[in-house]
Amino acid sequence: MTMVHRRRRASTPRRLGRLALIVATCAFLCLFLLVPLASVFVEAWRQGAHAFLESIDDPDALAAIRLTLFVALVSVPLNVVFGVAAAWAMTRFTFRGKALLGALIDLPLSVSPVVSGLLFVLMFGAQGWFGPWLAAHGINIIFAVPGLVLATIFITLPFVARELIPLMQAQGTEEEEAARVLGASGWQTFFRVTLPNIRWALLYGVLLSNARAMGEFGAVSVVSGHIRGLTTTMPLEVEMRYNEYNYVGAFAIASLLALLALVTLAVKAALEWRFHADTDVVAAARRRGT
Amino acid sequence: MRRRVLPGFGLSLGYTLTWLCLVVLLPLAALAWKASGIGFEGVARLFTSPRTLSALKLSFGGALLAAMANVVIGLVVTWALVRYRFPGRRLLDALIDLPFALPTAVAGIALTAIYAPNGWLGQWLVPLGIKVAYTPLGVLLAMVFVGFPFVVRTLQPVLQSLERDVEEAAESLGATGAQTFLRVILPTLVPTLLTGFALSLARGVGEYGSVIFIAGNIPNRSEIAPLLIVQRLEEFDYATASALGIVMLAFSLLLLVLVATLQRWTRRWAEPAT
Repeated sequence: MTMVHRRRRASTPRRLGRLALIVATCAFLCLFLLVPLASVFVEAWRQGAHAFLESIDDPDALAAIRLTLFVALVSVPLNVVFGVAAAWAMTRFTFRGKALLGALIDLPLSVSPVVSGLLFVLMFGAQGWFGPWLAAHGINIIFAVPGLVLATIFITLPFVARELIPLMQAQGTEEEEAARVLGASGWQTFFRVTLPNIRWALLYGVLLSNARAMGEFGAVSVVSGHIRGLTTTMPLEVEMRYNEYNYVGAFAIASLLALLALVTLAVKAALEWRFHADTDVVAAARRRGT
Repeated sequence: MRRRVLPGFGLSLGYTLTWLCLVVLLPLAALAWKASGIGFEGVARLFTSPRTLSALKLSFGGALLAAMANVVIGLVVTWALVRYRFPGRRLLDALIDLPFALPTAVAGIALTAIYAPNGWLGQWLVPLGIKVAYTPLGVLLAMVFVGFPFVVRTLQPVLQSLERDVEEAAESLGATGAQTFLRVILPTLVPTLLTGFALSLARGVGEYGSVIFIAGNIPNRSEIAPLLIVQRLEEFDYATASALGIVMLAFSLLLLVLVATLQRWTRRWAEPAT
């Protein structure tokens, strides 16, 4: 007790150092994070509510919002299926080349968004691998919606798998094995035992991949061709309006995206709280077991 | 060898591999195939062009400087968030992820608006001779913005689990605060800081959305390498675009290997303690 007590009453220079670090941290984070965030909303409302609403209630803006939602709605569920399958294979079995597979799953995270978009142009673009064949059959992938979806799937591929793999590794296989021994089928085991155990981590992965899918810019910009009303997602509409010096219009859509980011952060904080409860339970079970 | 009790090995692994081949490996093969079309002469022409060199220098050099700045900033911010209790700490902690959550295009135009000569901060900085918007300094700033959460988020769990008794031992043996930090705490954080550094570097080198608005994209001065790829693609010069793409991809792969090695090192470092 006396140890702790003495540590609490730190010397004056140390208290000053602590105060300086706290002030520096707060100042940096406010200047660096809060000021840019605030500026998005201020710029969007610069000419009042009427101008703001007018820039959003506009056919191009509405088309961009619809397209963004569509792209996320297609790519996120595909990532969920991939993430669950990959996590099941990676954590429930041992096989050769597992480390390599893990690295491949993480690969899209470290590739430049522009290079990610480039990959799909080289596959499906006019001079790409499948370009001539696609052109002969009248199928458009690049400068069309399928290209946007493909690039988004590539970019967001690791998000669900990365959340599930460490958790499923930590949870182990005892509960699932017990279910099997008691006569549950493979799918019953998955839906009644595995899924409830991983639900918060899964939701967390969905949240992150959705935020990225809706906000992706670089990869989508390369494959989009910027056709207004047809292939511009919200971030691309922001860019086009900004380059046309329509600042209020650009920031109006940007403020919607910033709102999405704030909601994502809030839900993330709430989930982390749940998530920690889950991992604490696992950790406690481990300690009891050993 | 234990018999497999759980089913679904063939299905889950088969699906994972098929999907990875279609979405990741096949496109990568297309990149390698297109880039090989440029030939040695093309590569030589590309990498002696002053404009390409200046863009590569800005992307790699800028990201390197930004990653170094992020290590220092990240260490200070994480230290304050983990070791001290102060009002607003949890809110700031949640806000750290803002650069991850905020779409890059939004971050780009917001930073530009703030640091433009008539912006909130620009109007004070420009008279002092500090021009941020439309200069390489702006590129650096955007790279710091997108990269610093990587350092904080890799460092945070390590700093939280650091045993206090070693520090207390150092102090009871008469070490000053600075000595304890430099000789006891910092050495154990080095692998983690390097991981954060590499992650921030990888992000900075490839960053596009948040950089292009504030950079102003002046040839030979504030153009970044990803922008050159976009420009070549707009001219339908696929071969040059893929050659540049291969260079950037090779660098990302190198960093990926580095991070994996560092993480193995960190684990080994942490284990003998128990």
